[in-house]
Parts: sequence; structure tokens; C-alpha cells
Amino acid sequence: MDFQTAVFYFLSTILVVASLRVITARNPVHAALYLVLSFFTAGGVWMLLRAEFLAIALVLVYVGAVMVLFLFVVMMLDINIERLREGFWANLVPGLIVAGLMLAEMFAVLGAKYFSAGAAPAPEAPAMDYSNTKELGRLIYTEYVYPFELASVILLVAIIAAIALTMRKRKDTKFQEPAKQIAVRREDRVRLVSMPAEKE
Amino acid sequence: MEALLQPVQALLGAAWVPVWTLVKIFAIILPLMGCVAYLTLAERKIIGWMQVRNGPNRVTFFGIKALGGLAQPIADGLKLLFKEIVLPSASSKTLFVLAPVLALAPSLAAWAVIPFSEGLVLADINAGLLYIMAITSMGVYGVIIAGWASNSKYAFLGSLRSAAQIVAYEIAMGFALVTVLMVSQSLNLSDIVRGQGEGMFANMGLGVLSWNWLPLFPMFIVYFIAGVAETNRSPFDVVEGESEIVAGHMIEYSGMAFALFFLAEYANMILIATLTSIMFLGGWLSPVGFLPDGFHWLAAKSAFCLFFFLWLRATFPRYRYDQIMRLGWKVFIPVTIVWLVFIGGWMMSPLSIWK
Repeated sequence: MDFQTAVFYFLSTILVVASLRVITARNPVHAALYLVLSFFTAGGVWMLLRAEFLAIALVLVYVGAVMVLFLFVVMMLDINIERLREGFWANLVPGLIVAGLMLAEMFAVLGAKYFSAGAAPAPEAPAMDYSNTKELGRLIYTEYVYPFELASVILLVAIIAAIALTMRKRKDTKFQEPAKQIAVRREDRVRLVSMPAEKE
Repeated sequence: MEALLQPVQALLGAAWVPVWTLVKIFAIILPLMGCVAYLTLAERKIIGWMQVRNGPNRVTFFGIKALGGLAQPIADGLKLLFKEIVLPSASSKTLFVLAPVLALAPSLAAWAVIPFSEGLVLADINAGLLYIMAITSMGVYGVIIAGWASNSKYAFLGSLRSAAQIVAYEIAMGFALVTVLMVSQSLNLSDIVRGQGEGMFANMGLGVLSWNWLPLFPMFIVYFIAGVAETNRSPFDVVEGESEIVAGHMIEYSGMAFALFFLAEYANMILIATLTSIMFLGGWLSPVGFLPDGFHWLAAKSAFCLFFFLWLRATFPRYRYDQIMRLGWKVFIPVTIVWLVFIGGWMMSPLSIWK
């Protein structure tokens, strides 16, 4: 077993265990942290596949930003674990059906001969000065420029929609205009009054 | 050097690469830890002088009066090392212990791709800038986990503030770095430094004017201020604002666990200062043509940036939280986007200086 294979098994073990803990951990915060761990290890596995841009982007976007906000929300929820466990038996049958269907679909896809290891031999190792990031950038902005632009427009619409849907004007905020605060002059705030000294 | 290492290499065989890499890692980490220790002393001394005080001047080596204060970091370190680490009974124990480690590890891991001089870098990877961004974005977990695992209101409020603040400033920071990689056409940090050594002014012997800080001046400012906010330093230290939430995420920590958060904060400061020097101030390049390039320039530039951290702390009162958010989202992000488009247009125009 060469070094790369050993690293692969090491990372995969962590990944599988962490993913299992995501769904078995009792505490939702622990589950979210295991999800962070599994994202991070998945990044490591992708790095082994020489997809360094995707690996780093996964860590940067999902671990560095998405999961932080996710944790932010999960930590603030006051979750009663006993109530979550209610109705386990009632939901078991539909849950099992969904799980069985998903498992069958995964077998159908992964078991097909197109995806077997023999059908796709490992690509040759690229030259030393080959930059995965540069090649990806070139492809996105030349060959796939229209799908890429389309995806970005959809994302932009989603961002604006999310802001528009949650935006509300509150009347009770004590919002201050910083420009006005800076532009204030002494005459606006202080009035100097000349008071003659009082004598008894 | 080569001849000296040859017999060792033959002796170790296959174990040579990991052993040699470990040696290199220690060669980076140990001086870094020394810098962190003495940065705390420098901070107390400099702020002391700014406030017309002496700062720490008692603890010395071997009773020599002239070295007064120089042993202060060692005394502080020993004191913290011997203190008990109190585990709050209602805390989440594993996460409580893990949090300081998670705070410190990213700030050390990022040093792997920092080029100290021409060819003097641990891992010369071609996605170095992305790696830096990804690793530094992990630092927030230490704070968040510490806040949650402590099971304390103050700590929790601190961690929520930190999460919102770091996510906000990371965007502006990322955009600032995007302009840097646009003009250098590379994600490799060594290439970014080398790219700053070329141009009209560099050929005239005035390298200082061809560095990125001049054409990317707004980005330089945004990056540095966002760096101050990312490291939770004053005036952006609402995460641990003493007057509001006592000490934020660190309130339940004692002894060495507490010290680890401090180590992480100062290691992050040094990292941000070094990155600013590499991205905008020409890294190891000499500012004028007749002086040789070398590591000492990077050290001098980083020390200059670090001084700004301390100077800011001594000068400004703490920001109000809504003003921090306003600065991040409504000022920095628009400024960076406008400058990004402007640089893009400049590079496409015949006036481009990055050909």
C-alpha cells in the first residue's frame, strides 16, 4: 500500500465516521460540528484527486462561511430533544420507504458499469507546473461562459429575493445616520449663555 | 549545508522527507512563538510609552537592571502554565478543551505557504492564496465553539458577535485579495511578490513605487482594517468587550487554555501583518535598487504593520456593534467591488501597467 492509498483510507475512515455521527449525534450542535469535520475531510479526499481548487473552495465556502452561519442558528435554537424523539415509531415506516428508495437509486447509479473503477482509468498525472485552478478558470470563462453567467444571475436573484422577503421597516429602531453625526457642529448642540455672577 | 545533510539523508532513508519537513516546521513555529511572546511585551511597552508610562520594567534576567521587563513574557507564560485549568461543570467538556486548539491551529497552519525569501517557503503550492483564505476562515470555529461549550451567557454572546463579524469582514478581505491575484495573475504567494518587483519604477531603482500598495491603495487599506477586525483586535474587539460582556468567549477559561486564545490572537496578528507585507508591500523585496533583497525586509515590513495594530489599539475607542456591521457591509464591500471593476478596466485598457 503506497502512501497515497494510506492517506485515502485514513481520510475516508474519518469521513464515514463523521458522516454517521451527523445523523446519530444527540445534540444538534455536535451534529453540525461533525458535518464541519466531514466537509473538511471531504476536501482532503478531493485534494488527493488533484482537484485542489474544488477542495479549497469547499473548505472556504462551506466550512468557513455556510457552516458558521448554520452553527449560529443551531446554537440559538432551544431544542428539546425529548420532543424531537416523539413519534419515532409513527414516522418509521415512511422514513424506511424513503431510505430504501434512495438506497436503490444509489445502487442503480453507482453499480452501473459506467461508474465502476474499471470503466474510468485514472488520468495521467499532469505536469508539475499544471495549475488546476487556472485551467478551471479558463474553461468557465470560455467554453462554459453562458451556463456560468446564467448560474450567477440566478444566484443574484436569489440573494435579492432573500433580502426583499425578510426586509422589514421597524419603527422603534434608534438608527443614527453616521454622516449626520460627523457633520454636527457645536452650535447645533451647545448654547452658550452669558450669566452674570450673582452677589449676595 | 548539502554535504552536511547527505549522510543524515542516507541514514534515514525513506523517513528522510517527513523528518526534514518536521525540522522545517519547527524552524518556522519556534521563532514564531518567540515573536508572539515578545509581541505581548512590545504591545505593553509601546502602549505604555504612548500613554507616558513605562510599561512592564521589573522582571529581568540575572538581576541585570538594564534588561528590566525583558523577561516579562517568560514570567507570564510560566505563571499561566502552572495555573489550574478549571472545567465548568455544566460545560461540554470535549468541545471546551478542543476550542483553544481550534483557535490556534489555523493561525499556525497558514504559515506553511508564506514565502520568507526567494525560494524560502515550506510548501510552494500554486493555490497558496486560496489556501490562506480557506485556513484563516477556519479560525472562527475556536471562538464559536468556546462560546457555546462554556455554557455561559457572556461567552455565548461573544461567540455570536464573533461569527457575524468575521463572516462580514471575510467578504471584503476576499475581494481585496481578488484584486491582488488579478494584477499578479497568480495564486502563488512567491509569484505575487516577484510580480511586484517588475515595472517602470522598479527598473528605475525605486521598487517601493511598483509594489501593489500604490495602484491598489484602497484595497491595501481595506485589507488591513478587515485584518484588524478578523483578529478581533481593538477597535473591533467587541467579541471580548470587557465593559459589555466581560471577556466574551474566554470568560470561562483559565490557565494555559486561556493563554492559548491569546497565542492564537497574537499569531493571527503576525500572520495578517506578514500577509499585508507580502500582498501589498513587496514581501522580501528591497524598496530601493541599490540595497539587496532578503528576509530582513519582510521582517521590517511586518514589524511596521504590527506597530499599526498597537497604535490603533492605543488610539481609538471601541466601535459600536452596529457601526462595525455598517463599516463591513455598507462601506468596505462596495469600495472593494468598485475598485475591482476599476482595476479590471485598467488592465484591459492600453494604459495597463501589468503587461
